[in-house]
Amino acid sequence: MTTPSASARETTEGTVYTVTGGDWDEVVRSAAKADDERIVVNMGPQHPSTHGVLRLILEIDGETVTEARCGIGYLHTGIEKNLEYRTWTQGTTFVTRMDYLTSFYNETAYCLGVEKLLGITDQVPDRASVIRVLLMELNRLSSHLVCIATGGMELGATTIMIYGFRDREMILDLYELITGLRMNHAFIRPGGLAQDLPPGAVDAVREFVRTMRKNLPEYDKLATGNPIFKARMQDVGHLDLTGCMALGATGPILRSAGLPHDLRKTDPYCGYETYDFEVPTADSCDAYGRFLVRLEEMRQSLRIVEQCLDRLEPGPVMVGDKKIAWPAQLALGPDGLGNSLDHIKKIMGTSMEALIHHFKLVTEGFRVPPGQAYVAVESPKGELGVHVVSDGGTRPFRVHYRDPSFTNLQAMAAMCEGGQVADVIVAVASIDPVMGGVDR
Amino acid sequence: MSDETPNPDKDLSAQNLPGQRGDHGEEVRVQRGMFGAQSGADTSGYGGLVRSVRLPGPASRPYGGWFDEVADELEGALEEQGLVPGNAIERTVVDRGELTFHIEREHLVRVARTLRDDPALRFELCTGVSGVHYPGDKGRELHAVYHLRSLTHGRLIRLEVSAPDADPHVPSLVAVYPTNDWHEREAYDFFGIVFDGHPALTRIMMPDDWQGHPQRKDYPLGGIAVEYKGAQIPAPDQRRSYS
Repeated sequence: MTTPSASARETTEGTVYTVTGGDWDEVVRSAAKADDERIVVNMGPQHPSTHGVLRLILEIDGETVTEARCGIGYLHTGIEKNLEYRTWTQGTTFVTRMDYLTSFYNETAYCLGVEKLLGITDQVPDRASVIRVLLMELNRLSSHLVCIATGGMELGATTIMIYGFRDREMILDLYELITGLRMNHAFIRPGGLAQDLPPGAVDAVREFVRTMRKNLPEYDKLATGNPIFKARMQDVGHLDLTGCMALGATGPILRSAGLPHDLRKTDPYCGYETYDFEVPTADSCDAYGRFLVRLEEMRQSLRIVEQCLDRLEPGPVMVGDKKIAWPAQLALGPDGLGNSLDHIKKIMGTSMEALIHHFKLVTEGFRVPPGQAYVAVESPKGELGVHVVSDGGTRPFRVHYRDPSFTNLQAMAAMCEGGQVADVIVAVASIDPVMGGVDR
Repeated sequence: MSDETPNPDKDLSAQNLPGQRGDHGEEVRVQRGMFGAQSGADTSGYGGLVRSVRLPGPASRPYGGWFDEVADELEGALEEQGLVPGNAIERTVVDRGELTFHIEREHLVRVARTLRDDPALRFELCTGVSGVHYPGDKGRELHAVYHLRSLTHGRLIRLEVSAPDADPHVPSLVAVYPTNDWHEREAYDFFGIVFDGHPALTRIMMPDDWQGHPQRKDYPLGGIAVEYKGAQIPAPDQRRSYS
């Protein structure tokens, strides 16, 4: 079959059509005629200012963005699918890698979901909950620091970038001391924690709080009153309360529109109702307001961290139910962290039942009664929700993460269209998307 | 009554076995044996075990707390619109402190709009849709699960809609909750649920020309066996499953 614009010839591979001329000339001519300035620009997926592999498709008329769209999925790793092939406990190793800047939130949300399905929410020891809160608030600091640091760098303010990463480094050192890892900790487990705080951790955190209290005002001095900073941030990335509600935007974006909605206050978990802190808001609905909200949240987080340290009481960090609690007794050996030799000697030498129990729980895992649960925590980016479904087996039937970055990124078009190209960078930075969380 | 009691030695079909816990939920799968041995090598004595696994079934009034208030308001508001609540709400499940309305899919948009707009309900924030694939739930394999949050009243409820694999259509909620745009695209991408009325239902995570919907249960995980300390460790989906 041939048309005037497509000639066909037979080859050994099948029919080959050669498309020529035809309507294309007209299409090209009319496109050239329509608008001399209108071009479509692909920003990313490898652009340094897109926070990872985010692709922005911008239709530009001169310096004005007339249409903005996101292309995502470049970092999709199938974590939700993978979870369905591991035990419930192994799941934390996967979810911690979703939004890699808020690992502890991913882990806590997942574990709270599993605990709700198991019906053991009340049995989680106090010490475990306090340490969870402590780690989460440290994590809020480190996540906000990255947001402010990279956001500043994208404006050309490299000093604020150096400051941010300098302070984050101290938090990563604390993570390393407490969990052994700087990222991807898998430290929070269904039922409690993998391990108690190591000796010296409390002092190290106290020392950090002291240093951080000294460093935080530097951001104010450097940025808050800075006229260039304000000129770039104010009235950029505007999204009002109506837009936030319609688009499901939560976290600092929603609070910069004036609504003091924070799940730690409205839907407390891990005992947040007993901590004393405030929910900062701004009423400017713009990138500058979000910066101020994040800065104030860091101060509040330091307050919570101090309260955590004060109320740490000795005690277990895992539920007492031996059918759920991970049986390993970790100890530091010459080749790193592993099962304590005393524990191995005991189960191998004197208690066959303990050995069987250990083996079963590690290879098979525990069963979770059928049903579903939704748990949401207030991550630094907004509402991080986890929908967990169990079919009564030893593996999750379905785990879905409602990642705040994913939902908030939808607001990019509303924030950028009609603005300048340079403001797209500021608007995206104020959303603070992390592609590991967006694509999962 | 004793005449009707089935004899487990003779009748091994799961629903006739005695001792079922909660025989009124949705059956999601049938568990056979205990140790995941598929090839007849199970010498544990549990190989003949047959147990049907059911999700929590419908609850009866009172649901407790503010659940009754929300259910009353919703039913009243639907009646005002000339709708029989029983037709729109298939069943109401209360489990683990959470309230779930199973909605007939043709009424989903109406129910969601009512939940959002009625001042006594006012669920203004939708946290998106999560697809779940239950191959064992015949005729209702695909579930779309929505969580709605009311900031005004500080409440959270769940809506659940089901569609058969053969007709995977669910109406889109983008007109009511614009935030569901990407969430519905994700559920379409991963589960093949077609959201009718969505402005541009295209894949969002997978490449545009991808075949199949990866998070369905009939889609394999894939992977290769690896060698660890001299032993062959099979791919994750080939390992023994105890479920």
